[in-house]
Amino acid sequence: MEFVRHDAPYVNPKVGVAETMLHVLIALVPAALAHVWYFGPGFLLNLIVATVFCVGGEMLIIKARSRNPRIAIADYSAIVTAALLAFALPSLTPWWVTATGSLFAVIVAKHLYGGLGFNVFNPAMAGYVVILVAFPMEVNLWVAPRMGDIDYVGLSVLQTIAYTLTGSLPDALTFDAVSRATPLDAMQSGLRNMLTNAEIRTNPVMGDFGGRGWEWIGNFVAIGGFWLLVKKIIRWQIPTGVFVGLLLPAGLMYIIAPGSNASPGFHLFSGATILCAFFIATDPVSAATSPKGRFIYGCGIGFLIFAIRKWGSYADGVAFAVLLMNMATPAIDYVTRPHIVGHPRRGSRT
Amino acid sequence: MSAPTYDLGKLHGGLRLDANKQIATSEPLQSIPIPAQLVLPITQHAGDAAQPIVGIGERVLKGQLIAEPDSSMGAPVHASSSGKIVAIEPWPVSRRYGDNAPCIVIECDGKDKAIAPAEALPAFDSMPPEVLETLILQGGIVGLGGAVFPTAQKLMQASTCKLDYLILNGVECEPYISCDDMLMRERAREVLVGGQILLHALELDICYIAIESDKPAAIHRIGEVLQELNDERLVLKQVPSIYPSGGEDQLVQLVTNLEVPSGGLPTDVGCLVQNVGTAAAIYDWIVHHEPLISRITTVSGDGIAQPMNVMARLGTTVADIVNFVGGYTEIAEQMIIGGPMTGKSVSTDRVPVVKATNCILVLSKTPAISDEMPCIRCGECADVCPIQLLPQQLFWYACADDEAKLRSYGLTDCIECGCCDLVCPSHIPLTYDFRMAKARIRELADEKARAVRARMRFEARNERLDKQQNERDEQLAQQKEAAKTAGPAAIAEILKRKKKQLDEDE
Repeated sequence: MEFVRHDAPYVNPKVGVAETMLHVLIALVPAALAHVWYFGPGFLLNLIVATVFCVGGEMLIIKARSRNPRIAIADYSAIVTAALLAFALPSLTPWWVTATGSLFAVIVAKHLYGGLGFNVFNPAMAGYVVILVAFPMEVNLWVAPRMGDIDYVGLSVLQTIAYTLTGSLPDALTFDAVSRATPLDAMQSGLRNMLTNAEIRTNPVMGDFGGRGWEWIGNFVAIGGFWLLVKKIIRWQIPTGVFVGLLLPAGLMYIIAPGSNASPGFHLFSGATILCAFFIATDPVSAATSPKGRFIYGCGIGFLIFAIRKWGSYADGVAFAVLLMNMATPAIDYVTRPHIVGHPRRGSRT
Repeated sequence: MSAPTYDLGKLHGGLRLDANKQIATSEPLQSIPIPAQLVLPITQHAGDAAQPIVGIGERVLKGQLIAEPDSSMGAPVHASSSGKIVAIEPWPVSRRYGDNAPCIVIECDGKDKAIAPAEALPAFDSMPPEVLETLILQGGIVGLGGAVFPTAQKLMQASTCKLDYLILNGVECEPYISCDDMLMRERAREVLVGGQILLHALELDICYIAIESDKPAAIHRIGEVLQELNDERLVLKQVPSIYPSGGEDQLVQLVTNLEVPSGGLPTDVGCLVQNVGTAAAIYDWIVHHEPLISRITTVSGDGIAQPMNVMARLGTTVADIVNFVGGYTEIAEQMIIGGPMTGKSVSTDRVPVVKATNCILVLSKTPAISDEMPCIRCGECADVCPIQLLPQQLFWYACADDEAKLRSYGLTDCIECGCCDLVCPSHIPLTYDFRMAKARIRELADEKARAVRARMRFEARNERLDKQQNERDEQLAQQKEAAKTAGPAAIAEILKRKKKQLDEDE
């Protein structure tokens, strides 16, 4: 009898890239629902716009690179980029802003570097930084979270759609009525104006630890993150690193001068800290790859988030922190190579 | 008597694979009857090739020497049954490089008449170790775990080292394979006495018998015989059933917590590892003077009607064996000699069972090959690598053909276990790529050697030319000198001749 021939091993791999990405998307569902609950349906609109432009942009660039678009689209990585971008954007964002970020993310940050697996920078964060710099007004318009005790002016679905399409509010409403400073903004400008931590925390946007609404979204992000850890889609080193890198200096500063520093709890539950730890920094392509390297990479991101929030001019520093550490990745990987079995241990002369 | 002890060392990574061993071990061991024809490859070991010492038409007896190595870096081959040599020709075989190898084909007469035994051997413990080593060489015994390194050579090499432990490897970590499990159940005494012979040959005092903890029947049987033998030197060690704990270096690490140095041998850390099958073969040869002419092999997979372990004469074709166990199922699609992780696929079942054949695996599904995606650097491969390499980085450098980086990231330390392939979400055939990269590095080294030789030739030629030039220059100088001393008359003569020449030209 004759047989077909192959190369060893003859056992099929169990997981695929598409499955991994799908897990990430599923893990984001609780946080997405919480986001819609607290900040209105704008998140979903942003998600739709971002997905259309990320996937569409990827199809275009793949065609231009004469690759098979079916294979590249089937890995869901463009949708993950879209989802992360949507999480970074305020719920009221004009569509062209989202589209710019999406197209930059997939075309420039991802495919001009060689596509999936070759991008040096986290595409979603690169896209976000571009619009943060290009449209500073548009991406800072955060609506007030839905909470009983602050005067909440919710926009209807139609009004949100209208804003997303046109970039202007209904006549009866002003930006001041619907938008609020984010807790990080409030904290940063408050501290700069020599207010004490306790005084700033009386601002109605503040919640128990971080900002109202924000901290609850953080909790739901964490649920998804833990699920990814359990499913072994992500490893513990990067999230732990981010938390250590951020909370250690934040905690130290808070102990030394509690009046003029935000608490570690505030850092943890404000802005995109938790999302960054579980979903953004863990993008394997642009992260360090050795186990020790991942932890150092995470720590670096955590510390940079702290530094930018404390001393920088941006209220949140997640995107910059991630991009800066992306640049450090090759160096980190180089110095954290694990000991190869059978090779002399570092420092020993045997 | 010794109670079973557990592992001391730790292995990085590895995989818990679906063992799939039950399907073959639930059947008793059966012997394959004498086939009509035996196909014996002349070289069934790692090392120098052997040469046939019989001619076509010659009658041979069971156990008769039919091929001998040119040097001690090899192992002889014996006839597995009696009959007539009908051909010495290339035949399809399963091996790493090339598909055909010279084989001696014996047409069996069915009598299975054995060669008259030499005078009875003295008890092994009364023989000096060197004599034992030479004897083992003559028995054609090679490592039966798969590497088929000639055992005698391994012992000779080991006798030059300071050894602490002998380890009998009863760890079959690859899925499906259960021939050593079956061997330890059926021939535990032979294995352990083989271990005693090895201890005597090596002048050692500790022999660990390493068995995976998921083989309770084998552990129980070995335990019983250990009690009967009451030899304190023999110690049973259970190791966790994690692939690839049965690899020689990995087992040393598990049992002794010592790392075999890169490019080195277990003897560098005082260990000698022998497969349990090899120990039993040594017993058969030293005690009963039966050379290595048969072995247990596992026939398994969903392409086999009735999976089981069989005792087969070396040279029996796989087709005969599959026939004996009830043939193929309808879904049989690929045949692998060895395990599903490191085995070698063959295109035909005409290949014979050889000393290395521990498993005949027939599987239905072919691995998905067309869906390779780019590496996303997830690092799963690094987590499972037993050598703690970074396969994702190696892959990167293999694509870039960066030899220096490949070396510094330990490509040559890769044991090609295949763990990284299995966990790669991008379905990159990493092991295959590393195998190719290693081959390229070897080629480059050869090329470099060739270049060095070429340069040396070139330099030698230059030197020769220089020398000739110098000689010519010297001659010229001498001539000039001669012209100077020849005086004005001679110069006038020359000038006149030159002028005449010029006039003629005009």
